[in-house]
Amino acid sequence: MEIHKKVVFEDELDHFFLDEIKEKSLSEEISRCIQCGTCSSSCPLAEYMEHSPRKIIAMIKQGFKDEALKSFTPWLCASCYSCQVRCPANIKITDVMYALKREAIETKSYPSKFPIPALAQEMHKIIAKNGRNSELWLVLKMYLRLKNPLGPLKMASTGMSLMKTGRMSLKIEKIKNRKQLHKLLNSLAEETK
Amino acid sequence: MKEYAYYPGCSLKAGSKHYEESLLPVFRELEAPLEELEDWNCCGATAYFSVDETMAAAICGRNLSLAEKANKDILAPCAGCFLTMKKSNSFLQSGHEKAQVILENLRKVGCEYKGTVRVIHPLEYLTKEYGLEKIKQKVQKKLKDLKVASYYGCQLVRPYTEFDDPDYPVSLDNLMDSIGAEPVDYSAKTRCCGGSLAGTLEEIGLGLNHLLLKEAKRKGADVIVTICPLCQFNLEITQEKIAKKYKEDFKIPILYFTQLMGLALGISKDDLGFSRSIISLDSMWEKLGNGGRK
Repeated sequence: MEIHKKVVFEDELDHFFLDEIKEKSLSEEISRCIQCGTCSSSCPLAEYMEHSPRKIIAMIKQGFKDEALKSFTPWLCASCYSCQVRCPANIKITDVMYALKREAIETKSYPSKFPIPALAQEMHKIIAKNGRNSELWLVLKMYLRLKNPLGPLKMASTGMSLMKTGRMSLKIEKIKNRKQLHKLLNSLAEETK
Repeated sequence: MKEYAYYPGCSLKAGSKHYEESLLPVFRELEAPLEELEDWNCCGATAYFSVDETMAAAICGRNLSLAEKANKDILAPCAGCFLTMKKSNSFLQSGHEKAQVILENLRKVGCEYKGTVRVIHPLEYLTKEYGLEKIKQKVQKKLKDLKVASYYGCQLVRPYTEFDDPDYPVSLDNLMDSIGAEPVDYSAKTRCCGGSLAGTLEEIGLGLNHLLLKEAKRKGADVIVTICPLCQFNLEITQEKIAKKYKEDFKIPILYFTQLMGLALGISKDDLGFSRSIISLDSMWEKLGNGGRK
């Protein structure tokens, strides 16, 4: 067993984290959380998370930046907005999860072997390039990024069913005016750098 | 009233062709034909908002601008597209500093957007604008005795709640009732199917969808109807593995609401994408008195 410090000291916390996430999620209301737990009890994914939504909000408020950004929790949020419509303090919890995801990608602190951040980043790339998504290629690129060449095998029976019913396409979908899309994304990237 | 531009999104052109194949004939039959938005781009779904929010709103802005130029509102059948475009639209209309930057950049590339477009889902259109009374009048063949679990999933009713209740919506149940089917009291109707997580994290996909199928079975549903490509896909594709893991073989057909509507409106079942079903539909055809397949 490896022995290491289990307690985070006050001066190791990031007291700017709360403001950062408030700005990124456009949810000033985070400060008003009273830890009632309505979010966690509404969340269909909470049973799979290592930190529940309620706890993540507490961590943000207290400045546990590292722990929150390395967590699987934001990536297990399926954006079903159950917590968000029920929160008595009107905290936009789903948008807070999105803010954590973006911050984790920016600081490269997301769990790297986990499929969801890989899927999001590959889909982002495909759309920025072609303007449209191509389902099959997205899945393949995700497994490539995860360096898991055997991953697609697990989906073989799904693939077969889709093929049989004509629901799988090998075509790479593209919009016509890709030039316009690229110009838009490039000029925005310039400006928001 | 403005006309609607049909925004298929990526799914209706790929894995969910049968949604498009049933939606378009239904709207034709209702004399509200849909024309596809010219050169639309992907909405970015949950992925774009996870990576870059500015870009996410910008690519939706391009679609909104295309619709505005055509003087149309947007009709988006995929719940993911519907929410993403609605969310981006309200952000672009908000006057927020970041939104202004996006609008300025849209203008620079010839996609000026003034903020006049509305985004609507076909279920919203049919129940709130077209009207159930009018639909009832067009029904040729009531889907008598067919017990239907109406599954709304998440993003159609949340977080924007003006069209139906976020926890216990009824519009789809009412629509099913209007075509003669029998909606069951499906208490899991807005519980999440896992969305894109279900395809990549098997444990989660099977767990969440097992619960949804079990509840539908408990309520005696013959079929589950969906309004979203990802819900339809997850509920259907997980059944084989759920049978192995939980020793419970449901074999419940998972259909698009437009497929059942098409049947009721008298459209031939060969023209509604039923052949794309992975789960056998024999039990449903039997119930509808059509015997066997096709």
